[in-house]
Amino acid sequence: MMDQLPALQVVIPLLGALACALARHGGVAWFIATVVSWAMPVVAWLLLSQALSGGTISYSMGGWAPPWGIEYRVDALSGFVLLLVSIVGAVIMPYARRSVASEIEEKNRAWFYTMYLLCLCGLLGITITGDAFNAFVFLEVSSLSTYAMIAMGKDRRALLAAYQYLIMGTIGATFYVIGVGLLYSVTGTLNMVDLAQRIPEVESTRPVLAALAFIIVGVSLKLALFPLHVWLPNAYAYAPSTASAFLAATATKVAIYLMLRFLFTVFGVGITFDSLPITNIFLVLSLAAMFGASIVAIFQDNLKRMLAYSSVAQIGYITLGIALANHTGMTGGIVHLINHAMIKGGLFLLLGAVVFRIGSVKIDDLAGLGRKMPITMGAFVIAGLSMIGVPGTAGFISKWFLAVGAMEHGWWWIVFLLVASSILSVVYIGRVVEVVWFREPSEKVAEAKDVPLDMMVPALLLVAASVYFGVDTRLTADIAALAAEALLGGVR
Amino acid sequence: MEFVEQIVSHYNQWITIFLMVAGLYIVVARGNMVKKLVGLSLFQTSVYLLYLSPGKILGGTAPILEEGFEVYSNPLPHVLMLTAIVVGLATLAVGLALVVRINEAYGTIEEDEIFADGEDGK
Amino acid sequence: MKFDLILRIASKLLLPFILLFALYVQFHGDYGPGGGFQAGVIGAAMVILYAIIFGLEAAKRAVPPIVVETMIALGALLFAGVGVTSMLLGGEFLNYSVLAHEPAHGQHLGILLVELGVLITVAGTMVTFFYTFAGRGR
Repeated sequence: MMDQLPALQVVIPLLGALACALARHGGVAWFIATVVSWAMPVVAWLLLSQALSGGTISYSMGGWAPPWGIEYRVDALSGFVLLLVSIVGAVIMPYARRSVASEIEEKNRAWFYTMYLLCLCGLLGITITGDAFNAFVFLEVSSLSTYAMIAMGKDRRALLAAYQYLIMGTIGATFYVIGVGLLYSVTGTLNMVDLAQRIPEVESTRPVLAALAFIIVGVSLKLALFPLHVWLPNAYAYAPSTASAFLAATATKVAIYLMLRFLFTVFGVGITFDSLPITNIFLVLSLAAMFGASIVAIFQDNLKRMLAYSSVAQIGYITLGIALANHTGMTGGIVHLINHAMIKGGLFLLLGAVVFRIGSVKIDDLAGLGRKMPITMGAFVIAGLSMIGVPGTAGFISKWFLAVGAMEHGWWWIVFLLVASSILSVVYIGRVVEVVWFREPSEKVAEAKDVPLDMMVPALLLVAASVYFGVDTRLTADIAALAAEALLGGVR
Repeated sequence: MEFVEQIVSHYNQWITIFLMVAGLYIVVARGNMVKKLVGLSLFQTSVYLLYLSPGKILGGTAPILEEGFEVYSNPLPHVLMLTAIVVGLATLAVGLALVVRINEAYGTIEEDEIFADGEDGK
Repeated sequence: MKFDLILRIASKLLLPFILLFALYVQFHGDYGPGGGFQAGVIGAAMVILYAIIFGLEAAKRAVPPIVVETMIALGALLFAGVGVTSMLLGGEFLNYSVLAHEPAHGQHLGILLVELGVLITVAGTMVTFFYTFAGRGR
């Protein structure tokens, strides 16, 4: 059965989604989704440990040997992302039951879990597949289910957000598939490893460069690289809380993974960084994201929107790691990918708890909430500190790696900019802390109290992880360093 | 003359590019949500052509083993585009369903009218 | 449309042949162009034609929405089920060769079942599209 694990990673959530659709009952669907999503980290862990000890795992779908058939590949990086996505997917499920019950009407609940599992299936599929076109199909599986999940938000603006995301997301995916098509017509293969071997023969021909550009723009739309992020704030702000937390923690991260795969494995550092000014473009856009989005975040009244803008800024840190393109910088980027998923997932879950109790995340409605929901808001502050990058938290580790990576280039000014943008996040997190802890409780929050244990534990787990990985970096930084080494190993 | 020949001999590529750009333009320029989706569909359709036209071999037949035929078109692009068509169809269906619900919630599907409300501004 | 005799009779005559053609396309998919996608759409077209001529309510009585929605999941489940069966028999996911004693037979059986799954899902999806859009805004 161990040989079948790569297929199981994708097939189990797919079967679970179908079972949820057949069940048509919210409670039953929740149970199926929980069982399925808790099986995923086990599979992912087995795969990762296999890949770390025994080298890259290759699985031929349908018995068709690569490069003709679809190949599933697990190496350090993809195993790492698989584990991240499946853990987040599993941790959120116990939380989902009450949150979904309070935000989504009964007839849609089973569909919500169907979409959740389909989205999980798509995200895991993008990560595990070694076939460029298969990645497109999984990209669309995850995107289409995401649109449906966002549209289930209570506010009518959720519909608009879903529509905007649909337009932007489809353009992004189509750009990606255009790029893959150009590569296919030049090289005659879709397998990523095979592509990597054949591209050097046709390097710097126009179709290959055009393909690179199309793929970068397409995937950048999906990962919400500034200024292609406009779909993200509304989508995260108006989606149901469970969906916001899940998407914020996983969707953009998987898109970043896809970007890393193409930049480093498929095209290779030689073509991406030497023949085109991609490093510089990424550097400028990352810095713009870190500052532009953080400044916008400061002026948001809706806290979910604030966190969404902060996500755009944090994605800037991850792409900064890509732009540095040295080992330390890449490690920083990949570590931040993990850390940010934990932190943002936790923060969105805590805001979901606030929605559960008082039905609003407008900052003015939350005055004095700290005294009514002390655990929730205390955890919010801790996760916020981790996002700012206070020493001793996970956020500090990733920023440290980024700073060291920048210094290896001799770019001292980037270190100052890193600190400066962290100060911006102090401002927007500080604003929440001030309102929540230092103001008299308003009428709105008079009845509020901490949420039940099954909602609290998942959120606290993620927050605890965001602190724990600041002290013990064996699981995060060491594997990220391995993955960064493998990616940069493609240097020609 | 050579330039003209190059254009004429690659007419399939030009049609692809025209459809691609026209579709994308409609998505950007139109405020009506249904029209945007039409543009989006056009944009996706251009991709089918991008894949299929290099896969066709002149004089080649459908890739089914049969006595007397030696030259076959490449079947893989067809399979890929069958998948892409289904994806495009699903996207269009989800998009139209959203537009129907937006119409029910807002009473209009013109973007400028919706965003004129203020509270729904970007 | 209720009283248009010619349309009603003509479409009633057409319906069985549309279904027959769908099944022909389905099973001819083994030897020539055709298969589950096309057949599913043609099959769904029969229901949609019926709904257009005889009204949405009549169509929903003949083919209830719960049935078509179940079809969507069932077809995909059949598809995935074939894959899981091949995994249990020791092959990779969707490796049809292990389904029967001989690889050629296995491939035949596998593609037949998978296409049947596609037929069910596509037909269900198309009819659901029609039902949901036609049922709105009345």
